[in-house]
Amino acid sequence: METISKPVIQVRDLGLSYDDYAVMRGLNFSVNKNEIFVVMGGSGCGKSTLLKALIGLKSPVEGEVLYEGVSFWQQDEDKQQGIMRRLGILYQGGALWSSLTLGENVALPLELYAKLSPPQVREVVELKLSLVGLSGYADFYPAQISGGMRKRAALARAIALDPDFIFFDEPSSGLDPLSARSLDELILQLKDTLRAAIIVVTHELASIFTIGDNSVLLDADSKSMIAIGNPRDLLNTSSDPRVIQFLTRGEKTSLPRLPTGSQGGQGAAR
Amino acid sequence: MLLGYEAVQSVAFRNSLFELTYKLGLENKAYMPSSQLSFDYPSSETLRVKLSGEWQISVGLPSDNECLSQLSSNKEITEVTFEPSGLNKWDSGLLSFLLRLIKECGKRNIRVNRQSLPEGIERLLILALREHKVSVPQEAPIAIPLLERAGDKVLQIQAGFVSLFNFLGDIAVAFSRFLSGKAYFRGDDFRAIVQRCGADALGLVSLISVLVGIILAFVGTIQLQLFGAQIFIADIVGIAMVRVMGAVMTGIIMSGRTGASFAAELGLMQANEEIDAFKTLGISPVEFLVMPRVLALMIMMPFLTLYADFMGILGGFFVSTVFLGLNPVEYLQHTQSAVRLSNLWIGLAHSFVFGIIIGIAGCLRGMQCARSAEAVGEAATSAVVTAITSIVVATALITFVCQVLGV
Repeated sequence: METISKPVIQVRDLGLSYDDYAVMRGLNFSVNKNEIFVVMGGSGCGKSTLLKALIGLKSPVEGEVLYEGVSFWQQDEDKQQGIMRRLGILYQGGALWSSLTLGENVALPLELYAKLSPPQVREVVELKLSLVGLSGYADFYPAQISGGMRKRAALARAIALDPDFIFFDEPSSGLDPLSARSLDELILQLKDTLRAAIIVVTHELASIFTIGDNSVLLDADSKSMIAIGNPRDLLNTSSDPRVIQFLTRGEKTSLPRLPTGSQGGQGAAR
Repeated sequence: MLLGYEAVQSVAFRNSLFELTYKLGLENKAYMPSSQLSFDYPSSETLRVKLSGEWQISVGLPSDNECLSQLSSNKEITEVTFEPSGLNKWDSGLLSFLLRLIKECGKRNIRVNRQSLPEGIERLLILALREHKVSVPQEAPIAIPLLERAGDKVLQIQAGFVSLFNFLGDIAVAFSRFLSGKAYFRGDDFRAIVQRCGADALGLVSLISVLVGIILAFVGTIQLQLFGAQIFIADIVGIAMVRVMGAVMTGIIMSGRTGASFAAELGLMQANEEIDAFKTLGISPVEFLVMPRVLALMIMMPFLTLYADFMGILGGFFVSTVFLGLNPVEYLQHTQSAVRLSNLWIGLAHSFVFGIIIGIAGCLRGMQCARSAEAVGEAATSAVVTAITSIVVATALITFVCQVLGV
């Protein structure tokens, strides 16, 4: 009997704005455990603003974000902090604390929230750095390593507390194709290992098709989501020219219907 | 062979003559470009534009006024064609001319036949003539009424105060957690900040304080020597340095040095999303970053001020004994009797308050910083301006209170 996975993150009628300027409205989607959900859309469409609303950095003007059924923005600050501790976030530029070594960056959340002795913290740090392929780099400072390595180190910090929900903001930006590909593979490995719900904000098509189980496409003109579903299914089944244009880098506005071989759910253009 | 040589010589001579006349300003006409523009009419309704020579920005371009005047003067023209057979080299110069011509023709409903243009030019023209969809998020108001602008300014000031009081509240919470032993920050970071706010600033504080002492001594001499009372320079320098000048000068030095550094440091962390990373990990950036900085300045400012007082008195001592011939022992005795302990406490109180002001101003501007390189610079500048202004205001207030209390 097939088990129906329960959504662990739900976004309901979410509306976002900067002062009086509406960025996005009417967002509705859900993310399951052990799923990679991609938020895609062109530059300036509101992807990063949506991410901020999901991780507690920007309150929405309407709607709600639910983590395992608990509405994040309706909780008091202490409960919000409790939820935020279960999030792991890889920021676009890595956001490693520049005055700390890579080891100290990963160790800081462990020292604060995990009940571990200093030698145990060091062991966990070494493990997390090994997971992202940076074993032996614990004493390096962020300025001493390459952009791709900084992203990996930031990922090690993001997964330090074994989070239930991991967010990636443009993980491939600023990376060469090989580093981007290897980061995608790392995300897939983490999905299998950590069994967390993973949300990736990106507009890199190669990454979208490689890692995405499910996705939502945001549109800057209509300030809303215009499609939801598995990216490959969307490419094959969507009749919306905006969706086809985005997923084919603007090369096509319509596609001949092909039999779908999707891994995830049904695509649906809205 | 000879003819060839003569021709080369002739061209070289003409070139050097032209350069000479051009440099000396003897040539009245502007530099003549090698590109050429001419016209003819294959039929009464068709204007043919003949392009020849080198159309390059680096060698100059002919004026397009004549071409445009042809379009204006001859109302029969319905089509423009091109004759580029004499065209040698071209770059953006030719493209910009063609673009302007095409747009002018568009305004007059004249058809432009571009078939004869080289393929490269045509491709670039297609690219340049694409219509771009410009999305304007909000219609910009043409003119905002004075009252509305005044209202906006009031709201901005109000928002600034709200932001300041929120920040002060956060700092108060962080300090209360620190006093109850619950604050989370790294001891190593704190020690490094203490060193930056203390020992690292000694050189600059020494220089400025000695000079201030010297200035006070020289200025005091001007009036006191009229009465033969130069020995009272010791009183002036001692009281001024210990009671207020030592603290004020140290405050100004630290505003420019440490306050700006705090603002830039936190501003850059804001721009790099490092502050967001603290927030999402549930670590209070005020507790982790701001509180240690303010605390370090609160501790180190009184020590720096004591040191500045000493160096200032040393400067006055040097001038008085070396240049004005005062007795060193007498000078020191006068200083000792003039400077009371209350002066020292008032000076230290100043420095403690200034430490808080500089720390808060630097960190506030850093935390308010937007996410750009320009904003980091603005945050540093704003931190210095805020700190120095606040120091002057605080000095005036403390002086007034001391006056009222009779201390």
